[in-house]
Amino acid sequence: MSNPSNTEHFVAPFEEGVAFEELQDAPPRTGYRPSLTGWIGIAVVTFWAVIALAGPWLAPYGENALPFPDAYEEFQVPQAGAPLGTDVADRDILSRIMYGAGRTIGISLAATLLAYTLGVVLGIGAAVSGPKVDMVMSRINDAFLSLPTIMLGLVVVAAIGSSIPVLIATAGLIYATVVFRLARAIGMEIMVMDFVEAAKARGEGRWWIITREIWPNARMPLITDFGLRLIYVILFTSSLSFLGLGVQPPQADWGSMVRENLGALQYGQSIVPVLAPALSIATLTVAINLIVDDVSAHGGGRLSGRM
Amino acid sequence: MPKDSRTQDVIFEARDLHISARREDGAEVPIVKGVNFTVRRGEVVALIGESGSGKTTISLAALGYTKPGLEFTGGQALLLGEDVTGKTTDQLRPVRGESVAYLAQSAAATFNPSIKINEQVTEAPVLHGTKTQGEANEKALALYRALELPNPESIGARYPHQVSGGQLQRLMAAMALCGDPDLLVLDEPTTALDVTTQIEVLKAFKRVIKEEGAAAIYVTHDLAVVAQIADHIVVLYNGEVKEAGPTDVIINRPRHPYTKRLMAAIQPLPEPGQGNIALDEHLRDDPAIEVRDVDAGYGMGVGGQPAVKILRDINIKIERGQTMGIIGESGCGKSTLARVIAGLLPACEGELLLDGQPLPPALADRTRDQLRRVQFVYQMADTALNPRQYIRYILGRPVEFYTGLRGKKRRKRVEELLELVELPASFADRFPHELSGGQKQRVNLARALAAEPEVVLCDEVTSALDTIVGANVIDLLTRLQKETGVSFVFISHDLSTVASFADEIVVLYAGRVAEQGPTDMVLAAPHHPYTRLLISSVPEPRMGWLEEAAQTRAARSGIAGGVEMTEVGCPFFERCPLAIPGTCDKVDPPRLDDGHGHVIECHRELSELE
Repeated sequence: MSNPSNTEHFVAPFEEGVAFEELQDAPPRTGYRPSLTGWIGIAVVTFWAVIALAGPWLAPYGENALPFPDAYEEFQVPQAGAPLGTDVADRDILSRIMYGAGRTIGISLAATLLAYTLGVVLGIGAAVSGPKVDMVMSRINDAFLSLPTIMLGLVVVAAIGSSIPVLIATAGLIYATVVFRLARAIGMEIMVMDFVEAAKARGEGRWWIITREIWPNARMPLITDFGLRLIYVILFTSSLSFLGLGVQPPQADWGSMVRENLGALQYGQSIVPVLAPALSIATLTVAINLIVDDVSAHGGGRLSGRM
Repeated sequence: MPKDSRTQDVIFEARDLHISARREDGAEVPIVKGVNFTVRRGEVVALIGESGSGKTTISLAALGYTKPGLEFTGGQALLLGEDVTGKTTDQLRPVRGESVAYLAQSAAATFNPSIKINEQVTEAPVLHGTKTQGEANEKALALYRALELPNPESIGARYPHQVSGGQLQRLMAAMALCGDPDLLVLDEPTTALDVTTQIEVLKAFKRVIKEEGAAAIYVTHDLAVVAQIADHIVVLYNGEVKEAGPTDVIINRPRHPYTKRLMAAIQPLPEPGQGNIALDEHLRDDPAIEVRDVDAGYGMGVGGQPAVKILRDINIKIERGQTMGIIGESGCGKSTLARVIAGLLPACEGELLLDGQPLPPALADRTRDQLRRVQFVYQMADTALNPRQYIRYILGRPVEFYTGLRGKKRRKRVEELLELVELPASFADRFPHELSGGQKQRVNLARALAAEPEVVLCDEVTSALDTIVGANVIDLLTRLQKETGVSFVFISHDLSTVASFADEIVVLYAGRVAEQGPTDMVLAAPHHPYTRLLISSVPEPRMGWLEEAAQTRAARSGIAGGVEMTEVGCPFFERCPLAIPGTCDKVDPPRLDDGHGHVIECHRELSELE
């Protein structure tokens, strides 16, 4: 098939009196559909969520029970009766991982929620406030941000003493500073949009503007960041536990399990006692990361660009 | 330099090209439905149509590119005889750099702000290894000259923010042409420019395309622009070619009803005497809004004065049920004036009167009723409507806020408002992004009307819309005014749109009123030199207009330039063909009043401005 010559006058067939509607130029709607990596992330996170909730019931042994009470020996290799072997006190590693999952994930989740509640309320509050209030809040926040997180955590926990509520409060407060900065930045970005100005020009109050104009638009990027922040908090609480200031023995927690079993690297028969909790932390954080990446790639990667 | 004749004559050919989008549920939505056209060497083919017609999608196909979510579903796009539809990015990379170049709408977004211009202009051919840096520099310099850029030897050493918008647009053309492409794809390259700048850019494009002997695909919705630059026009509607032929035929003897409609949507500049006749049925003693001796600006300066003063000494009266058009190039303070009236930017001097009563300058000091009576409509409906709210809520909130209607009554009122702006009631349950550009602009307008206002400030409400859609919105505004007696302040840089619709016109230049008066009088001589420039810059949909306009303009020296604020004298001095050195740049111009409400601020006598 060849094209008409450019000197020709082509007129498409038409009917007289047909109106030409304004064309729809809105793009077709595309919802979020996870990619393969997204599905992998979702599968792994779901797996750990089930373990975290039902671990104590699914575990073959108790948290501090000995699988081989008659043959006490530390760091036994994986074998029938103890699929991942035993730890420094000959306890079943699989069971302790399953008990520790709830504690590690629970503490981190609670701390992240606390960080988000504080950070978002204050951050968006600063974004809608006048420049003076914003200045004061931001400078105080900057001061806290300048302190290294793990050092600050160490000092606080060492001073007050370690317990689960203290851990949650410490991690929550430390990470609230980061969330504050993000929420303020997102809030500021939305504040300059025309629809917010239109609401102000209508005479709407500050509370209305926050809840109806800003929050619905800030929600999505903040939820995506929540996943990322959760990873940092998991690593933070695990680090504290590793240093001995987190979850206290004999309670199990992935970070403290790594520390307890460090000896296995030097004189144990297997390295599984260290590897298993470390891999647990790694798989969970990587999986959350996969989901976050997948979601933000769908949204044009705006969030990852901002980080 | 013209291409050698060994290479083939047909540069690009679309053969029964089909492109589709894939929806969430997997269904295929055809966007381009079997398009055929050919681009030969040295020829400019214009793709013309409104948004959603598929013109940009087709032009990108020449690069073998589809936007995310779209895919080639049939036919061929032959670039130099080779089909580019099935190629991978790696296969296309040499083609994109050497055979075809793309010119986007916004030069500001194309240039990297932190790299010098010349480096960016010469980057592609050097990177592709088709030219050494020296050859590329030479070529770039030749292009700067051909594009009539000021100081061609040194302009490449500047950063993008150091040149004007029109210059940057031309530099983008240099960037595209530096690698001697066979095909140039230009996507609405002058749409974002002021009319005065558009002429310079069009002229430069036309010349350079001819000299380089390149072929071009020119995408636009503006027939008047196309008439100046294209050899061949392809009219698209809904992904199909409706009419195609030589420019002369399409412009002068269109046959398809859609093409005729496109032509009809172009607002010709009314002849003096054909402007709107004011209806006096809504007139009362006091004007709806009056602006007296207002100064305003941004930032905090000394003694309560703004750091940067934009508006100086503005006096305007808008009568009830009438429309005041405000016109000027970007940077003249048009939007600032609307924001002052809306209270978004409090005036630092002067006063505002609403229906004869003083109106507090700042938003926070106005009562809810005062807020209700003055409404503001934003230019970009995309950012003016909250993307996370249903239309029902966007319109329902001001109804409830100002009139106190709730529940069923509120719902009924929202449906009335949608009907008023000619949208189906079912749109109430949609989000803004599910609407087309024109529909969003109607919702934007309906939100202002929900307050039952007396004055509506329209800031460039048709500028982002296609000619046809924009014309529909203007019709709607005219009808609404008749029905509700509302007064409009209509801001635009498009003189023909304003003139077709406004009762009075204010010409702003650098924050001052250059000329104001009833539309008829402003369009007729005597003119302020700036008004004359604006009138002569409105493109006309006939061939040869560009050459004529350039001829008459060439006689006036240095008329193209940016808007500069000045502390003393007439701000138009630098660009004015009638400037009197020693007077115009030293003394503020006097107000020349002809006694019929027609005011010109100029040092020349009225008789000299005929």
